Amino acid sequence: MELLLQQVLAGLATGAIYASMALAVVMIYQAIDHLNFAQGEMAMFSTFLAWQMLQWGWPYWAAFIGSVALSFVGGIAIERVLFKPIQNAPILSQLAAFIALYGILNSSAGWIWDFNIKTFPTPFGSAPLFGERLIGTHQAGMIGVTLLMLCLLYLFFRGSRLGLAMRAAATNPESARLVGIRVGWMIALGWGMSAAVGAVAGMLIAPVVFLEPNMMLGVLLYGFAGAVLGGLSSPGGAVAGGFAVGVIENLAGTFIPYVGRELKLTIALVVIVAVLMVKPSGVFGRTVVSRV
Amino acid sequence: MMLEVRELCAFYGENQALYGLDFALDEGNIVTLLGANGAGKTTTLRALCGMVRLSGEVRFDRKSLLGRATEDIVRLGIAHVPEGRGTFVRMTVEENLQLGAMVRNDRVGISRDIEQVYAHFPRLKERRAQTAGTLSGGEQQMLAVGRALMLRPRLMLLDEPSFGLAPLIVEELFEILRRLNRELGVAMLIVEQNAALALDLADHAYLLETGHIVMAGPASEIGKDEAVRRSYLGY
Repeated sequence: MELLLQQVLAGLATGAIYASMALAVVMIYQAIDHLNFAQGEMAMFSTFLAWQMLQWGWPYWAAFIGSVALSFVGGIAIERVLFKPIQNAPILSQLAAFIALYGILNSSAGWIWDFNIKTFPTPFGSAPLFGERLIGTHQAGMIGVTLLMLCLLYLFFRGSRLGLAMRAAATNPESARLVGIRVGWMIALGWGMSAAVGAVAGMLIAPVVFLEPNMMLGVLLYGFAGAVLGGLSSPGGAVAGGFAVGVIENLAGTFIPYVGRELKLTIALVVIVAVLMVKPSGVFGRTVVSRV
Repeated sequence: MMLEVRELCAFYGENQALYGLDFALDEGNIVTLLGANGAGKTTTLRALCGMVRLSGEVRFDRKSLLGRATEDIVRLGIAHVPEGRGTFVRMTVEENLQLGAMVRNDRVGISRDIEQVYAHFPRLKERRAQTAGTLSGGEQQMLAVGRALMLRPRLMLLDEPSFGLAPLIVEELFEILRRLNRELGVAMLIVEQNAALALDLADHAYLLETGHIVMAGPASEIGKDEAVRRSYLGY
């Protein structure tokens, strides 16, 4: 029983990261109808930026905030420079741009900071929380920071005029233009926020998976799985899906014989395929119905 | 002249949809564009908002609209109520109205105007927390008009406001449009299939046929012209 509880909590902790990545993916997907394959590499690059600031002797939270801010600006810049000019290009050209972005970020991180595995510090320590062995302080910190971020995002999108304008621009760009919303800038803002969310996820998972240019590959796949499970059209669903994938992954690895650690990534892919077969729009997703 | 259009041509890719339209609209006036399906009425409205490729001259308050982005044209005080209404179906009635005022920054004025819209359309007030997609066709059309009003527009472009509505609702809606025009002085450019209704409301009318203006004049005269009635208006 204690093992079960322990695995669920550990699953929620990594699930928090998957949820963040799923949310980051969905935020861009809602705005431009494309999956950002480079989302993980953007997060990895943000984490390296934070690492660099730590090397310069910045305190942890200063580096944390610095990286989030830089990622926000960087996300906007990527949209303006790379994706705005090709927004009306055929789908394959856009796909190529995402792959290019993936390659550029991955190899330039390796070129700047080399491919050796680095440790990344945690501000929460690694002692067991409350003296019990259920969950470590870093895991609790991952869940806490993620939940705080999700709450802030929820308040922003539900309660502020800018959030309302961003939602309008994403769901109905033509009508948004007709009420005077600058849709292009809303999309750029979405990229910035998505990059910032990814940065938080990257910095929180780096102490667990260690810092190196390929650290986010698996994490992003789990994030995709979470987004597909919850529904690409539903930010809340994607977050729930991310948490669910984290828990499923952990429980399967622990309790299903032969799965073990090696096949855990397979679970994510099985989840994606299974959901797409049964409910293509995801558990919380909306099926788009258009009148003809 | 508030709105002056000269030699307006519009294109969808290689295809030309409008061939040199000339028309004008005075401060506080109502003008209607009539014509059969495919005559270019909707295209004309879309052209004014910079939503199709065009050539010619379009001036609003003497400022050229050519080359301006849709959102910048809207910010000059031109509210477009598109065909099919273009409400944000997944957002609530109240959010839709808030979105209509997105270019304004006077919080107090915005909430006062929302109450004003509710006064014009009491049904919307009852449904303020419902998502727009759950409204009936008539309510959605009222929401679209209400949202356009939130801009405090000087000119409203209305694309087939009667489309798909029951006759009684249409009458109610046109009565409200007439009142808005009289009380707030909002000028209107209305595209309509229901010619009798539009001519009754409008000061001036233009008749469109395959992208050309074939007749223009005061609405009352156009409505009386026997030949016009038989060939274009069908009554």
